[in-house]
Amino acid sequence: MNRIVILGAMTAAGLSAGVASAATLDDVKARGTLNCGVTTGLVGFAAPNANGEWEGFDVGVCRAVAAAVLGDPTAVEFVPTTGKTRFTALASGEIDLLARNTTWTFSRDVDLGFEFVGINYYDGQGFMIPKELGVSSAKELDGATVCIQTGTTTELNLADYFRKNNISYEPVPIETNAEAQPLYLEGACDVYTTDASGLAATRAAFENPGDHVVLPEIISKEPLGPLVRHGDNEWGDIARWTLNALIAAEELGVTSANIDELASGTNSPEINRLLGTEGTLGEMLGLDADWAVRAIKAGGNYGELFEKNIGENTPIGLARGLNAQWTEGGLLYSPPFR
Amino acid sequence: MSDTHAQSVAFVRDTMLPEQPPPVTEAGAIKWVRENLFRGWFNTILTIVSLYIIFKIVSGAYPWFANGIWNTSSLAECREMLDGMTGACFSVLTERWNQLLFGFTYPPEAYWRPTLAFVLLIVALVPVLYPKAPRNMLAFTAIYPFLAYWLIWGGTLLIPLMVLVGFAAGYFAFKQFERQSFAMGMLAGFAATVVVIWVGGTIPAALPDVLALEAVRSRDLGGFMLNMILGTVCVSLSLPFGILLALGRQSSMPIIKWICVVFIEFIRGVPLITLLFVANVVLAYFFPPGSNIDLVLRVIIMITAFASAYIAEVIRGGLAALPRGQYEAANSLGLDYAQSMRLIILPQALKISIPGIVNVAVGLFKDTTLVAIISMFDLVGMIRGPILASTEWNGVYWELWGFAVFVFFIVCFTISKYSQWLERQLATDHR
Amino acid sequence: MLINDTRYRSYTFQFVALLLLVLAFGYLGSNLLDNLQAAGLNISYQFLGEPAGYDINQKLIPYTSQSSHWQAALVGVLNTLLVAFLGCLMATVIGVVVGVLRLSNNWLVRQLMSVYVEIFRNVPVLIWILIIMAVFIAVLPQPRDFRGDDAEASMVLGAFAFTGRGFYMPAPILGAGAGFVIAVFVASVAGIFAFKNYAKKSLYDRGKLIPTFWPSLAILFVPTILVYFLLGRPITLDYPALQGFNFQGGIFMRNSLISLWFALSIYTAAFIAENVRAGILAVSQGQTEAAASLGLRPRRIMNLVILPQALRVIIPPLISQYLNLTKNSSLAIAVGYMDLTGTLGGITLNQTGRAIEAIFLLMLFYLTISLAISAIMNVYNNSVKLKER
Repeated sequence: MNRIVILGAMTAAGLSAGVASAATLDDVKARGTLNCGVTTGLVGFAAPNANGEWEGFDVGVCRAVAAAVLGDPTAVEFVPTTGKTRFTALASGEIDLLARNTTWTFSRDVDLGFEFVGINYYDGQGFMIPKELGVSSAKELDGATVCIQTGTTTELNLADYFRKNNISYEPVPIETNAEAQPLYLEGACDVYTTDASGLAATRAAFENPGDHVVLPEIISKEPLGPLVRHGDNEWGDIARWTLNALIAAEELGVTSANIDELASGTNSPEINRLLGTEGTLGEMLGLDADWAVRAIKAGGNYGELFEKNIGENTPIGLARGLNAQWTEGGLLYSPPFR
Repeated sequence: MSDTHAQSVAFVRDTMLPEQPPPVTEAGAIKWVRENLFRGWFNTILTIVSLYIIFKIVSGAYPWFANGIWNTSSLAECREMLDGMTGACFSVLTERWNQLLFGFTYPPEAYWRPTLAFVLLIVALVPVLYPKAPRNMLAFTAIYPFLAYWLIWGGTLLIPLMVLVGFAAGYFAFKQFERQSFAMGMLAGFAATVVVIWVGGTIPAALPDVLALEAVRSRDLGGFMLNMILGTVCVSLSLPFGILLALGRQSSMPIIKWICVVFIEFIRGVPLITLLFVANVVLAYFFPPGSNIDLVLRVIIMITAFASAYIAEVIRGGLAALPRGQYEAANSLGLDYAQSMRLIILPQALKISIPGIVNVAVGLFKDTTLVAIISMFDLVGMIRGPILASTEWNGVYWELWGFAVFVFFIVCFTISKYSQWLERQLATDHR
Repeated sequence: MLINDTRYRSYTFQFVALLLLVLAFGYLGSNLLDNLQAAGLNISYQFLGEPAGYDINQKLIPYTSQSSHWQAALVGVLNTLLVAFLGCLMATVIGVVVGVLRLSNNWLVRQLMSVYVEIFRNVPVLIWILIIMAVFIAVLPQPRDFRGDDAEASMVLGAFAFTGRGFYMPAPILGAGAGFVIAVFVASVAGIFAFKNYAKKSLYDRGKLIPTFWPSLAILFVPTILVYFLLGRPITLDYPALQGFNFQGGIFMRNSLISLWFALSIYTAAFIAENVRAGILAVSQGQTEAAASLGLRPRRIMNLVILPQALRVIIPPLISQYLNLTKNSSLAIAVGYMDLTGTLGGITLNQTGRAIEAIFLLMLFYLTISLAISAIMNVYNNSVKLKER
């Protein structure tokens, strides 16, 4: 009975799929939407709001790329991925860009064949524990039951850390952040470990965030960044420089508020090159001149995105820390637009 | 009259006694209780234990149900209203009702569409399920899949319409060439379908707005609706494949037989979850580069393959149960393979197989919950993901899981009762 | 045309089928190669030898995070087999009891049992697994509740702790001479069989019925307990005790194992109960009547006449239920039980990104188990076939 529906759908899919083409940029333009892989839901980074619209810090990157390429920050199809499916989704072409707080590691870059286009959040793995347990250091966690998200680098870091400090623990593997919450809150595990930003976001969603503390130890480097498939350098360049444009915009003081004014021309050659009033940077990327203007307008520059989604005035309340501009003691350092 | 007898006559009854009711312990309710509940010490113990269990369950569950709260918007609020009493927070069901049924990304203004599709599904199923229903309702059943596709996924009506036209063309072509031979008919039908769909496929692309509903992407499907869609689509798709596989396995041609055997045994040998993993992370590698088959469709492909293998085994059982004489009779009438199968063997074999097929269908419907493991948001996925993890409803287990149990029980129990009823209806053999 | 010539028709069909199959495989294979090449990947099983890097909570063989992925897979295999074995055992016990009780002449019990069967058969096993896990998370006390002087929870008999993380129970510690005690126990078990044989022989040869129940019990316990005390109690118990975050010592059964085990058991038991009932009903009423007319008591009718005949009908579907249970144990991943799907098909797959290889091996494992069980079933079916008259 219903088989015909599927045959129909398959036929339709077959017709619309058309001839495969190598360039992701052309695919995206032809499709009219950007397929962007995000988490299944981590408040502040990528989560659907009450109206079902995705918002968050990673979502901002997706929207900026869509705005730069397609001129429309809403022309993004968000594909929720888990630790397990994210790499296959990217490798098989289901998504064009993966912006899912993914740690840049050697083997992912080299062995799995992906290209990290930059780092949008410098993170590290931390531990969260109920205050009532009175633990103040990760070294006191001997014998604790630890909830970890499987398929992430945190799982490996955790094993290394406890091994190095010669303390034992009981791992409880869980698939998604959502599953970890009830386990942790009901006490089925003593500790929850993931990236420090993720811990802050998770804690913000608790009823009584104050009852839980994040331990001071950061046990690993977790540079999180968007990534694309290996081998399509044009597309990689677009993603890389869109991210750089957001970072450079903050450094140069370009915000979504003053961008219209600045885009009509300024005395600063660097801003002019970035915003396309001088030089042909957009053309070199295969885009038009004001690609970066659109990208920055989509959600603001890096600093604005940060403040709006995960900054100190949000429930998540992350300090800039390492993620400040290099001029302010952070690690954010965009190569020059020249 | 002798005197000796006269002495004893007083002790001889000369009238019938009036009928007495049986002793109280041997009649009515008491007899029933004695025989069914307290026959022997062992049964008495069993009865007492059972009564205790029932009492425990009822006394535990009753206040929980009776004090149930239906109209709060978070667990904290609900606990406050309960004020320490035992009671259920059913308000999670009312507040998240739409999410439980439709998932959390299906456009709310379009909820009427899957609802209507569901109601029409019942209408479409009536002629299939009740042999006594008017036959011309089958026409609606034939149209239903296209209508349902349009209602649920939206887009222009022209796409399903063109596919329908394609199938209609295929059917007429089949009828035209069937006289020559069955194979020719099939070939012609297939060719006509493909050509019409291919040519007609350009029309919806040119007119995307004709009778268009708001398009909904597959990944926005969720909730119990997703279970229903996967269940009905995969069961109905797997029937024809199952029949083909069963016939193939019975075939005398060794290569065809072995292809079918290997396929069936392979699928039956692995758990469904591994096949879903294939759909999730591997299958995409087997499609041509650049094609974008979405997850729901990949899952449908794998579940259908899974169900076909099981249905094939059920139908093979039906084929094997037919007396040899039926095959021989068909042969001696001079029918060829296709004719004898269509006219003699399959109608009988399928009839025998119906209870088994329904069992497979129920099992498959239950198995659609496994998609929650590959992070699709069906009913189970919605409960353990977005709802239980939300700040408002963190910790509402019994109400949500109870709801899931209730929903699945109602559907599966109804289907299996139907199958038992049908079995009795179809039992026309000599017994 | 070849298709119209009956001599060659079947060859034509098979040739076409084979051709289509080869074409289909070639098409899929070339797509695979194209995709892998485009993504810069290859198919290689080298990852199996590399250190896994992650820890597994329940391991039946020595394993650390430095062990290879291959060993991690092996840990998973053993965990799968463990839960499948425990599940089959418990499902059989519950299933047989429920199946027999469904035919009880106690109306209430009959109704209760059919309610059990209908409820558990008609709800997905995944939901049962998650519900039992929810009991652990939401109902049972956590280890921290056992702490303090006026603790919210306390251990049962001072030896068993039922916590939300699982059950803790005493573990035996084998001291010097423990081997001897165990040997005596094994010998006693053998002795019971010998005694039963003797009783049977005496019944058949001399018509003398020897009671077996109490003597068996005596044989089972008396010598073992005697030796145990004579040797100065060589087996002691290691009691779990609250220490730090968790209980330490004793045997720890994790909540994931228990929820998986119970859920699979009660779900499969509902199906087994139906098989048992059908099997018993399949033995014709005349058999019962014949046995009764020989003067056998109801229990003996069941044991000597009905069950042996019913078993022939029950066992084939029973084995296929075992197979289903084993396959359903792959749902372990929903509660974080580290079976093969959790290690090889879960963490290893995630960490190495070797999806195709990992899933291939995973399927191969389940396929092997299924084929092995099917083979056993065929052997059994053939053996009971011989007895048919």
